[in-house]
Amino acid sequence: MRPIIDIDHLSKRYDSGTVALNDVSLQINEGEILALLGPNGAGKTTMISIICGLVVPTGGTVRVGGHDIRTDWRGARKLIGLVPQEILLEPFEKVIDCVRFTRGLYGEPPDEAYVEQLLRSLALWDKRDARTRELSGGMKRRVLIAKALSHRPKVLFLDEPTAGVDVALRREMWAVVRDLRAQGVTIILTTHYLEEAEDMADRIGVINRGQLLLCQPKAELMGEFGKKHLTILLDQPLIALPPILKGRGLTLSPSGNALGYDYDTRAERTGIARLLADLAEAGIAVRDVSTKQSSLEEIFISLVEEPQA
Amino acid sequence: MNWRSVRAIFGHEMARFFRTVWQSLASPVLSTVLYFVVFGAAIGGRIQSVEGVPYGAFIVPGLMMLTVLQQSVSNASFGIYFPKFSGTIYEYLVAPTGWIEVTLGFVGAAAGKAVLIAMVILLTSFWFNGVHIAHPFWMLAFLILTATAFSLLGFIIGLWAKNFEQLQIVPMMVITPLVFLGGAFYSANMLPPFWEGVAKLNPVLYLISGFRWAFFDLADVPVGLSLFAVGLMIVACMVAIRWIFLTGWRLRE
Repeated sequence: MRPIIDIDHLSKRYDSGTVALNDVSLQINEGEILALLGPNGAGKTTMISIICGLVVPTGGTVRVGGHDIRTDWRGARKLIGLVPQEILLEPFEKVIDCVRFTRGLYGEPPDEAYVEQLLRSLALWDKRDARTRELSGGMKRRVLIAKALSHRPKVLFLDEPTAGVDVALRREMWAVVRDLRAQGVTIILTTHYLEEAEDMADRIGVINRGQLLLCQPKAELMGEFGKKHLTILLDQPLIALPPILKGRGLTLSPSGNALGYDYDTRAERTGIARLLADLAEAGIAVRDVSTKQSSLEEIFISLVEEPQA
Repeated sequence: MNWRSVRAIFGHEMARFFRTVWQSLASPVLSTVLYFVVFGAAIGGRIQSVEGVPYGAFIVPGLMMLTVLQQSVSNASFGIYFPKFSGTIYEYLVAPTGWIEVTLGFVGAAAGKAVLIAMVILLTSFWFNGVHIAHPFWMLAFLILTATAFSLLGFIIGLWAKNFEQLQIVPMMVITPLVFLGGAFYSANMLPPFWEGVAKLNPVLYLISGFRWAFFDLADVPVGLSLFAVGLMIVACMVAIRWIFLTGWRLRE
């Protein structure tokens, strides 16, 4: 895969002195879904806003499809579609007119067949003549997506696309994003829902205090930072941990028939073999063993709690 | 130049106008009819004529200018302020559309609406006064140029305004007094010499004078000077708008 977005030492310092982005470099590959995670005020939206042309950077460069966003902004912006965080629509405009307008604004000739296909793919065709103020929140968000796709961009930015959206609709949005990826659109999404990033992204970038802490393939990240939880189901319940097993981070379930053990997959020794041997030595029979990968949420918290890690 | 985006913005703004076409037309036409009744019929009955032109007809160019200026400023300022207020301005800023396209789209629509309303008022005045036009081409030229110049000014006001109060204060406190003191209802020659000198510091006087010349061949100031004034205003506003877009003042962070 080749990079479609090349961010090089990007910085943004506001007049107030706040540093929103500090020397961020990142390459985003064509056709991938990149999720940008970070707490509020981390710099995610600033980064997107700079690439799209809403915020002027104070340092560094960004190239989109080889076009510099400052010197060849027309070339760069033609490739980009943006779905903003807030629902920003003209209340009295019809859905279909909204989409036609954005297409025209991008300098594209009218293409009613494409507009129809787009609205159908987002389940908006039946609402094409409805005024946007008459739509539900989820439909409004889909109208924003339709507008952002009206000029067939190669890169789509989704800034918190499912913020404040109910679970059913969130899943519907994810399906839309997957369809887009299948069509070859590069997608960069910011989200607070780690489940969303975990479920959809190819790569995950974590931003905190204006710095990109890491950007890695999801599986690699989960493997590298992931801790695992081992559950050992016992044949007979225990009243208490035998002395031989104390002081090793083992937990006994309230019912006494399961032991829990957290271990680091990166550690040289996980201690599992030794633990099982000690259990056998203590005469404790094991019925079953299972492991569970720690969630992205736990990884994320461990990263942002140590900002310079 | 991205002409398709100019057309998209122009069409979008005109669609807003046509959605409420009757309100858009009824209000300025009604207030102009009231001016005709009060100034033309009631007061005009006593003034008879100004420099050989019946008073009822004499005020027509001034009334048209009053409407054009007010409409141009309010259409353009509201046109660009509304997306700022609703947040949809982001679309214009992220699109491959430069300041010139955005300006042409918004200002073209604002001026177009103002000219349309002015033409309706002109038709109304034919019914009231039977006005004749000495130089129809120049009348139209002054009308379009003035609508453009004040739409550009309104566009700047809309870009500058941070709230609806600011949006209304310039038209109310600056434009309306300038029009009333710019000879909408009288000739500057009717003033005492000192006040005639003061009146000539008012840029709107040059516009109304040029416009009245196109109707009656009568002018307070040379026609060339009127054309220069409106041209200068267009250029100055364009320079200011270009600066606003290139620096991102009140548009980009």
